[in-house]
Amino acid sequence: MIVTGCPAPLCVQAMTTPPARFDAREASKWFFRHGHTAWLGLRFHDQGDDWVELELPWREDLLGERHRPVLASGPIISLMDMASGMAIWQASGTFAPVATLDLRVDYQRPARDRASVRGRVECYRRTRSAAFVRGIAHDGDPDDPVAHVAGVFMTIGADPRAANPALGERGQ
Amino acid sequence: MSDALELPAYARSLGITVAGVDAGMPLLSVDFGANVEGRPGHYHGGATAGLLEAAGYAALRTALLAVGRDPQLKPINITVQYLAAGKSQASFAAARITRLGRRNANVAVEAWQDDRTRPIATAVMNILMV
Repeated sequence: MIVTGCPAPLCVQAMTTPPARFDAREASKWFFRHGHTAWLGLRFHDQGDDWVELELPWREDLLGERHRPVLASGPIISLMDMASGMAIWQASGTFAPVATLDLRVDYQRPARDRASVRGRVECYRRTRSAAFVRGIAHDGDPDDPVAHVAGVFMTIGADPRAANPALGERGQ
Repeated sequence: MSDALELPAYARSLGITVAGVDAGMPLLSVDFGANVEGRPGHYHGGATAGLLEAAGYAALRTALLAVGRDPQLKPINITVQYLAAGKSQASFAAARITRLGRRNANVAVEAWQDDRTRPIATAVMNILMV
């Protein structure tokens, strides 16, 4: 479970300054400095009111096949998972932790040799406790995607119940 | 069996290793570290998915080698269910082949940490063999 939570620098900032609207471009400066997304080398590419596009640069040690210079599908899941979380924050305007419940990736074709892959995900629906996302991964032409993705996330902070199933607890 | 199995560059680079054999299939593991960290002290969902996927491919490759087949494998899809947060400790994953056809394989994968009976994530995969 990615509980895509708050990196420490942003938490500190949130406590000392009035809450600003979440901005994926600004947040990327913090998000991609540490951990798994830094290791992958994810980069911010573009954003809208309810969508975010990130880029996964091609790299030799991220290959998935024995004899072809094509990015593995694993890093593409990471790319889409991260873009999903950021699209939810972009749509809600607030940086509240979310947990991935379910993420599905359908691969249409391999990325081109030595091509970076971009993941563009929109948050098309938010309820009080869930957020729904869909998106595509492409290697230059959004009309010819490498993969489609669909996911459901649970918003943790907004759950009105005392015990939150997203945190592994039971009861109303 | 595990000796014959070469994990792809991505899996090796992430730190995934073949830790043993589980019900005839490769048991994969990854140690916790910066490579896999999302929220501080927890696995990134993408890293967990990478471990699940690697276990799925390793199991399928093992099953194919056992019957003398060595096709190229292409992902069709993967659906990951996240069940619990991955904490800052080693994670394990193993898969079973639900169905091995001529062109398509259906694979089910589980990942867990200290308690095999409490998986942190599961996945189902369709893999094309050409």
